[in-house]
Amino acid sequence: MRQFMKYFSASFLFISMVITSSIAIAADYKVGFIYIGPPGDHGWNYQHDVGRKAVDEAFGDKVETVFQENVPESADAERVMTQMALSGADMIFATSFGYMEPVLNVAKKFPKVKFEHATGYMTADNVSTYSARFYEGRTVAGHIAGKMTKSNTIGYVASYPIPEVVRGINSAYLAAKKANPNVEFKVIWIFTWYDPAKEADAAKTLISQGADVILQHVDSSAIMTVAEEAGVYAFGQASDMSAFGPNAHLTAIINGWAPYYVKKVKQGMDGTWKGAEQTFDGIGAGMVIIGPLSDKIPDSVKKEAMEIRDGIASGTLHSFTGPINKQDGSPWLKAGETADMGTLLGMNFYVEGIEGDIPQ
Amino acid sequence: MDLSEINFAVLVASLIVASTPLVLAALGELIVEKSGVLNLGVEGMMIIGAVTGFIVGVETGSAYIGMMAAAMAGALLSLLFAFIILIMQANQVASGLALTIFGLGIAALMGHPYTGIKSPQISTISVPFISEIPVLGTMFFQHDLIVYLSLISVLVIWYFLNRMRTGLILRSVGEDHDVAHSLGYRVVTIRFLAITFGGAMAGVGGGYLSLVRVPQWTEGMTAGAGWIALALVVFSGWRPFRLLIGAYIFGGITILQLNLQAIGVNINIALLSMAPYLATILALVVISMSRFRGNRGAPGCLGRSFVKIT
Repeated sequence: MRQFMKYFSASFLFISMVITSSIAIAADYKVGFIYIGPPGDHGWNYQHDVGRKAVDEAFGDKVETVFQENVPESADAERVMTQMALSGADMIFATSFGYMEPVLNVAKKFPKVKFEHATGYMTADNVSTYSARFYEGRTVAGHIAGKMTKSNTIGYVASYPIPEVVRGINSAYLAAKKANPNVEFKVIWIFTWYDPAKEADAAKTLISQGADVILQHVDSSAIMTVAEEAGVYAFGQASDMSAFGPNAHLTAIINGWAPYYVKKVKQGMDGTWKGAEQTFDGIGAGMVIIGPLSDKIPDSVKKEAMEIRDGIASGTLHSFTGPINKQDGSPWLKAGETADMGTLLGMNFYVEGIEGDIPQ
Repeated sequence: MDLSEINFAVLVASLIVASTPLVLAALGELIVEKSGVLNLGVEGMMIIGAVTGFIVGVETGSAYIGMMAAAMAGALLSLLFAFIILIMQANQVASGLALTIFGLGIAALMGHPYTGIKSPQISTISVPFISEIPVLGTMFFQHDLIVYLSLISVLVIWYFLNRMRTGLILRSVGEDHDVAHSLGYRVVTIRFLAITFGGAMAGVGGGYLSLVRVPQWTEGMTAGAGWIALALVVFSGWRPFRLLIGAYIFGGITILQLNLQAIGVNINIALLSMAPYLATILALVVISMSRFRGNRGAPGCLGRSFVKIT
């Protein structure tokens, strides 16, 4: 037994040395990424990893990237980022909303390390945030959904009741309602970003209640699989998911992080990177991409969808253009008025017409 | 809020699907515990079944072969547990917990290249004629083979435990292994078989999760189902039919919660998610308070190591 313990501890020591040495990286500039799930999710994390690989490709040997997957939005995130900073990372991309507090805490301890936090709203001297105007993509998706539904019931699987998600629901609803005045939204909150079993159950429930088009703001491709089986339509989230539902997949709202990541790493290397900046880009800047449209969509609808996309990109169209009332009927935007940044970033109300409450 | 929007037939049908992994895993554990062994490794065996079933299903293109592989993987892992506690006489609680942790880890490792892949489909089998019955047909007779199998297992296991001689021997080993031993029954062999059966059932339960219910592989996708299965065995007072009802209540709460949300009922989701566990605690309290039930169904030698007296 003692002999065994000796071998065991020796091999353990060896393994931990291998692990630490692989984290201690050798290139001039080191960039770390933390992901909330596996990059193999073909959704949110997959696209961040695409961005990371673009950084690898753009800078070659000059930059070395490391990543850690499945990092919970808790003290674990702090530990992982601290470890990255200690092993020499110059810049860290924290790619989920819930890393906000951990990022700020670690940033305080490592003032020289530059932090980029996705979808958050709190910054510091060495913390900048970036987010995409996903809601612009949802305007396009909402329009298509409104045109494609036959039951006039659209299902929406939502994750957490945070402004980003509420914004998406409102944006999709407004576009769908405009395309089809009889449309009705059913929203299920599942309080997780990534749990294929829960996502599938929620989608099945929505379908059983008559929804024939499903929108999702959760990360896995499970909903697409369920939609394909049930013979209804769905939209890819974050990545193209047509492989999971060749008939169900209408289009995808794809996140394009690569240009931003390459730009920021470049700024970090030549010293022009600034903290306390908030980037909020959309279709125009290529941060939100509308994927290929399915053949199931009639040509006229395709054309309208592309017009909406191009209008948003060029700035002639805004997802939230008045007159819009809040759910309780009180006026929010006057005719022709568009939503301001502050309201968008802190959106915590449904627009008029959506039933149900946002869970608190 | 419009309750008529909920299709209750579909609701019942989907709660049956949601509960099937629980039924399978808990039935296996029921047999294990009836033989006097407490295997806390259900979660680990389920997830090994889930990942193996998925991998084999994807590679062979057949969900049924995947399901068989899931059963074998669960059984194989349980053999490890059986060896440790029956031959090496290790503590059952600690070994079971270790099995869960081991299973979760190795499943994550095995499944890594398989995240985000589609699994082969399993077709539903509509029972001829009776599946046409409105409502009842949708609820009970338009499922896949595994669902029917789980229902048949409940019946078979009830019959085995209460009406068959071998079932009686299994129970006697669980009630008092020393007496069973002195009567000439092979305690260790019987427990070996029971544990292997439990492992296979947990494996199938896991396979059902990754091949039918989701159907996808994700790390940690059992998400505590193994623990609910363990709780169900106690909840049922070691009775197969109560176990089935318990499992359907557990699954039903999850599905009902989603349905209520979709029709716009303002409910506290956290509270509802907690409900199954609260129900288990309540059931445990009630069971332990009912004195007139004698030993409350728990096997006398549950969790105790068998040392041969020579």
